[in-house]
Amino acid sequence: MASNSSGGSDRQRVAQQRLRIITGHLQGREDGDSTIIAAECKAGSQTDVSREEGKTVPRRRQEIMKWNGWGYNDTKFLFNKKGQAEFTGKRYRLSGMIIPALKEWFEGTFGASMQHKSPAAPVLNSGAVQPPTLNEAFLEELKSTGIPFSHDAEDRVFRAHGHCLHEIFALREGKVGRVPDMVVWPNCHDDVVKIVELACKHDVCLIPYGGGTSVSSGLECPTEETRCIVSVDTSQMNRILWIDEKNLTAHVEAGIVGQDLERLLNESGYCTGHEPDSMEFSSLGGWVATRASGMKKNIYGNIEDLVVHVKMVTPQGVIEKSCRGPRMSTGPDIHHFIMGSEGTLGVVTEVTMKIRPMPEYQKYGSVVFPNFEQGVACLREVAKQRCAPASIRLMDNEQFKFGHALKPQVSSMFTSFLDGLKTFYITKFKGFDPDRLCVATLLFEGGREKVLQHEKQVYDIAAKFG
Amino acid sequence: MSNTYRDSCGAGLENEEEFVDILEERRRSSDLGHALRTFSPYPYKGAESCSNADLNKAVLESQYLRYMAKEIAAETGSSVEEVREEACGILEEMSQNLQLKCIRLMGFTLSKVLKRLYSGIFVNMEGLNMLQQSIQEHPVILMPNHRSYMDFLIISYIMFTYDIPMPFIAAGIPLARMKLVGEVLRRSGAFFIRRAIGSDKLYWAVLSEYVRTIVKTGIAPLEFYVEGLRSRTLKSVMPKLGIMHMVMEPFFKGEVYDITLIPISISYDRVLEESLLAHELLGIPKPKESTTALLKASKVLQEDYGSMHVNFGRPMSVRHLCEGKINRCQYNLVPRDLPQKPSAEVQACVSWLANLMVRVQEEGSVMGPWALMACLLLQAPTIVLTEEGLPWQELTDKTLWLRKLALDFGARLNWPSGQGQAPDTDVMSSTVALHGSVVNRKAGRVFLVQEEEPARNRPISPEEEMISTAAAVLMLASYRNMSLHIFVRPALLATALHITKTTQKDELFAFFCFLRDVFSNEFIFIPGNSSQDFEEACFLLKKCGAVHVSEQEVTVSDAGLEVLSFLQALLQPFIDSYQVIFRYLCENEVHVYAEKQFLTAVRNLATELILSGELHTYEALSSDTHKNVLSALQRLDTVTKSRASEQNEYTVNKAAVRRIDDILSGKIPPQMLHTTPEAKL
Repeated sequence: MASNSSGGSDRQRVAQQRLRIITGHLQGREDGDSTIIAAECKAGSQTDVSREEGKTVPRRRQEIMKWNGWGYNDTKFLFNKKGQAEFTGKRYRLSGMIIPALKEWFEGTFGASMQHKSPAAPVLNSGAVQPPTLNEAFLEELKSTGIPFSHDAEDRVFRAHGHCLHEIFALREGKVGRVPDMVVWPNCHDDVVKIVELACKHDVCLIPYGGGTSVSSGLECPTEETRCIVSVDTSQMNRILWIDEKNLTAHVEAGIVGQDLERLLNESGYCTGHEPDSMEFSSLGGWVATRASGMKKNIYGNIEDLVVHVKMVTPQGVIEKSCRGPRMSTGPDIHHFIMGSEGTLGVVTEVTMKIRPMPEYQKYGSVVFPNFEQGVACLREVAKQRCAPASIRLMDNEQFKFGHALKPQVSSMFTSFLDGLKTFYITKFKGFDPDRLCVATLLFEGGREKVLQHEKQVYDIAAKFG
Repeated sequence: MSNTYRDSCGAGLENEEEFVDILEERRRSSDLGHALRTFSPYPYKGAESCSNADLNKAVLESQYLRYMAKEIAAETGSSVEEVREEACGILEEMSQNLQLKCIRLMGFTLSKVLKRLYSGIFVNMEGLNMLQQSIQEHPVILMPNHRSYMDFLIISYIMFTYDIPMPFIAAGIPLARMKLVGEVLRRSGAFFIRRAIGSDKLYWAVLSEYVRTIVKTGIAPLEFYVEGLRSRTLKSVMPKLGIMHMVMEPFFKGEVYDITLIPISISYDRVLEESLLAHELLGIPKPKESTTALLKASKVLQEDYGSMHVNFGRPMSVRHLCEGKINRCQYNLVPRDLPQKPSAEVQACVSWLANLMVRVQEEGSVMGPWALMACLLLQAPTIVLTEEGLPWQELTDKTLWLRKLALDFGARLNWPSGQGQAPDTDVMSSTVALHGSVVNRKAGRVFLVQEEEPARNRPISPEEEMISTAAAVLMLASYRNMSLHIFVRPALLATALHITKTTQKDELFAFFCFLRDVFSNEFIFIPGNSSQDFEEACFLLKKCGAVHVSEQEVTVSDAGLEVLSFLQALLQPFIDSYQVIFRYLCENEVHVYAEKQFLTAVRNLATELILSGELHTYEALSSDTHKNVLSALQRLDTVTKSRASEQNEYTVNKAAVRRIDDILSGKIPPQMLHTTPEAKL
């Protein structure tokens, strides 16, 4: 594992995902009962959205995003001249902050050394990319449709992978395997219909591409494939087509990425409540195609609970239900083979999904347990009583320590004094072993009254275990 | 395909004798008593009781209007509040305010007026009973034809008399602007619609939501004129689809189980505004609808207008009619409350239904002897009518012959029953007497009445004389038009036989289709029914013994010449008028015409031709015909309309127009027609 990482490794990806959530818990004020730390937070403040002018994902994604790692070009971890870890960029709450404990944790946990460096390949070497196998007839007809396309090496490599560890690792090493020969950017459902028709006619392979955050190798090109492979990038299909306020559904093009969807819905006072960790970059169509699950599924459900209607273009034609009912008591549900099909059966183009009014009140909290077993027992009890909050996650000791290591440097004496007090209370007063304790993070959502009541119920259970 | 409606109107014919004069009762008992009668209608059983204010509120707060307001605000850059305020203003201008008190007042006045004007108002009780029944079951749409201002409240009057819920009536906005009268109409249930609203998105949104809400909630039957406007020529007008579509939408979207359409045919022996209409057609603008004009017009109350027939057609179920014509699944996937562009299938279905309704109205209308006599009078040269007069005996003989033909063709005739020769002549002479404003009978001859000039100090110019003759001829033509729907299909076939001189059935069919296509702005044909129309024409001509029809051929029988030449002469004025315009378009140097310019130029040309004796029909002067030609040419893609600085402009494809003209005059043999796209339609 590289020490001077530019944000490429899988582990760091996970870390970054967790960051927003963890910081929400760890930076909280101390409460009356000090094993329970709760923090209030306005919805949507986890990411700074003001930078958004319109939509997030441009056609040339590499202009703002890393070609060989997670996230934006301007956001990464590095060790500054003083040897301190620092998080760059301006996008997140943690951006631009010094993270003093990270280096020590790094060296302690992995036995990593600051002297050993294995830098990633900085730019893509176009020579390493095999020239595209183009299907001329397909290309000709595609041109006449006016749908934008490209066979630029960077565009192609960007869409040749998801975010599995091995995929990213190969890219860091500058290793590029079989990549798509072409990228097309359909603008609407009808464009996709045309593309699929042409592909069938000219025997061309299509790989649907949404946010590119797949971790199931769904985007990998088969190395033995000799036909032309075209990546169908749905990022430009990113409109909300309508919102039905009576039925609380929204009809959305499948290429929209999670953060855009949420932001646009929020403008009308709604949300989907679907928050997979990748929601900054992953797309609605991708969620459907990979059977995504969200952090707050306890309230809102997983993607299969949220989806009401799916339009998918298959080589045999467009498949969709003829109604907007959430379920029917007849026959097998076609949605269940669309969801999780990983793009092998068709391109999801439009989705109608449930929406909810934005929660009136959100509250973060966490519970510390002396050991993992106690934590599990507590969560089991919560599950048994069927009173799980919107999100409840138990972190083991390793993850807890990592979370701590990611704490930014604090400027005020008072905060650091409080932190000290907290640590003292937990380790000395309660006698928890810092190498064994673990923590559960909680998120409550809903009406204020209800949240407070719910919170009390969960904390009452937790008091028996932690 | 159209069997469904055939069944329903075929049945109607048998009940012909069921008409009851509703004025008789009024003449016997007190009008005041009638006006104050207890009104206890059986409403639609699913109706939510809802005041007029509630209705308006429901419209304004509908999700549809909110959505549209947001969209329009985003487009125009104004705030949503502003748009909603504007919508509120539109609704205020539009909405009705039905009040029973006002209905009673109207009832009282109408009783007085109607008794003075008409010798009888005949209503078919059977139709009324069926209406009463169906009003309780599904939302009901009343669809009368529109021939006279009198139509406007007569339905409400009848409904009031027979305890049927009062309808909301779609009316033109000019009526609302009349002082006092506008308010009275509003309180009688009228709501007002602006003209030419296609481009005003917000107006369209408010109106459609208003109409839909009425249909959906079923708070009252909705009455509207599918023809869109008063027919200036007493001929059915090509239906307008806008409101029809709004009315149908709740059914398409599954918001109501079914909608019942009631075709209503109102026919008059003599129309109140006959001379106004004729002058309007000659380009003299209609007087503005104002209260003072109405008071001035009260002198028309002194004349006799014969009787009036209101024929309530058999209720037609939209669900039944649309079966197999439309796949309503397409409405499942978008929320009901959001705007959705109608698919081609839906548009075709609505247009079909609208045309069907007009056809059923036509079939239900009752024709008096005058309509037949007008046909015959028009076939005499105009000069004969004005100068020497038509022998009375000849006219009556022909009329009786035509009566037989019309009955053979399935017309509903209002011919006061009597045995023997004498009552028939009585009927005809009283008819002529009733229409003293158009013809008079002197010394056994019939003359056309020429307008009396108030001051005849100077000799009148030939143009002026012609105008006054033309006015009389156009009035006559209007009355003839009342009978056209009976004859038009056989007449097209007769014309086809005459022009093509062929007996081959397929060639005749091709030419028939061509004629049908060219004249479908003039007469009502149900889209897609050309072969049924052709079959019907063959059947009717065969029935009256005019032709022999075999698998391959249609041959003229010896006895049929009289019928065929009558039928062909019936259409001749239309063909002549169309050809004048075609020639004008072809022979001119310019390719682009402004609408106003075009209309004046064509009128001048026709005047010239008539004066020089080249053209025999005065109907070529009718602005209605001119407009129809333009629409027909647009439909046939030979003329394209564009909008240039407040004026419509028309660009003409001369070759295509010339081709139509050539086919029409028989210069292109019918064998060639198969290749033309028009014929295929």
